[in-house]
Amino acid sequence: MRLYDYILSGSCYKVRLFLSMIGKDYETVPVDYYPGGEHKTPEFLEINPLGQIPVLTDEELTLRDAQAILVYLAGKYDADRTWYPEDPRLQGEIAMWLSFAGGEIMNSSAARLHDMLFYDFDIDKVRAAAHAAFRVLDDHLTDREILGRHWIVGENPTVADIACFPYVALSGDGGISLDDYHAIRRWISRVKRIPGFIVMPGIHAN
Amino acid sequence: MTRTTDSVALNEWQAVGTVEEIASGKRRNTRLLGQDIIVELDGDRPRMFETNADGGMGTEHPAQIHYGHVWTTLGSPEKPPLDMPEFQEEGRRLVKVGAVTVRASALRIVENFLDMSHFPYVHTGILGEEPVTEVNDYKIEIREPKDEIWATDCSFFQPQAAASADDGQISEYMYRVSSPFVTVLYKTCPVVDGAWDLVGIFVQPKDEAECDVHTFMLVFDDTSTMADLVHFQQEIFLQDRSILENQIPPGLPLDPKDEMAIKADGSSMMYRRWLRKKGLTFGTYRGSESSQAA
Repeated sequence: MRLYDYILSGSCYKVRLFLSMIGKDYETVPVDYYPGGEHKTPEFLEINPLGQIPVLTDEELTLRDAQAILVYLAGKYDADRTWYPEDPRLQGEIAMWLSFAGGEIMNSSAARLHDMLFYDFDIDKVRAAAHAAFRVLDDHLTDREILGRHWIVGENPTVADIACFPYVALSGDGGISLDDYHAIRRWISRVKRIPGFIVMPGIHAN
Repeated sequence: MTRTTDSVALNEWQAVGTVEEIASGKRRNTRLLGQDIIVELDGDRPRMFETNADGGMGTEHPAQIHYGHVWTTLGSPEKPPLDMPEFQEEGRRLVKVGAVTVRASALRIVENFLDMSHFPYVHTGILGEEPVTEVNDYKIEIREPKDEIWATDCSFFQPQAAASADDGQISEYMYRVSSPFVTVLYKTCPVVDGAWDLVGIFVQPKDEAECDVHTFMLVFDDTSTMADLVHFQQEIFLQDRSILENQIPPGLPLDPKDEMAIKADGSSMMYRRWLRKKGLTFGTYRGSESSQAA
């Protein structure tokens, strides 16, 4: 199994983090995303025509999109099926939060790329959109805590938690404070205590 | 903010991007010491202009290319950019790691670069690892006539000293500070006996507490891919970034009463004294003054 990987990408980190938590070995293929722009080269576009990372290959299968990769890995390699349960209702809820992770939360990624690596985004707009997304997540996690639940969906951590975690935890890189999101901050601490947790630059061990 | 009046900072050469970043015909709009500037390449010739109120090109200032980067100044430097003869050596690879913006004082970024004591805690498993946390004694001096700080005989146990390293090694280090904003380290090359690998940062101070950092490596390494080398150094630098952005106060205190005299901080104390003697103020902590880094 090979992961086309960029060390500073929160999306690639989703996959590295999950593979570590399920204890699965893999190879990495480092992609010179910045400053090289290797993900936009013809060679890489053969692998992913969208020119995005991560990409996972496993035998004959090639998958793009961090959320899709998490679903595949959980379905195939988590024998207990706790990370992506078979219950259709939980699957529906997970899909909803996976979409949120690849959508609204990515405003935090945009702010980070703007502040750190000179990407041309309207910084006020993307920060405001990230705050709006964090408010939704914080309210949800507060509701869950009232029910005695600690994770986004169900009773255990699922791929929904892994997909949402990186760009929430990295928000400071884009000048977005988590001071007002108490339930999010407690949830971040819980994710960091899941066995197999690993760090990336900008996300500390505790 | 507007352009600083700090003549010490103004009278230095500053790197403002790689030649590739300022590729011919394409401009880089950026900032230096509070002044908005435009940098461009006219054929092979680098040019720098102040940005006018209407966004156009104003007063032109000197610019030159060294080590694959464009260097410029808003003042009248007395000495040229640092001399690195290693750039002429056969077999070395120049790795331009890519500019990264950091919301911190340039001086804090340089000081952090000189500090070995944070390796096991911030660069765990790469440049250090607990329980080996002690910084061994080293020598530190000002070398004339170039007025550079050199720290020598430094050593540290490193689990992954370079992209090319297979195992841990005791890395020997030398640190060199050639201007308040430019520093280079020389460390034991894992693959060529007796050779030093170079890693350096050219810090472009945009405002008192915001910089672009231009990092390079000049290494002997025939096996790593460019992506391997860039990832290795970016991981280390971005581990520092989130910590640098949270240092308080943002400006670097130069007052002797702010120094904590512990041995591991020898290079830090020397750097602060050297800055104080020069009379640099840009990016320093200056008590309650309103113009300080904030």
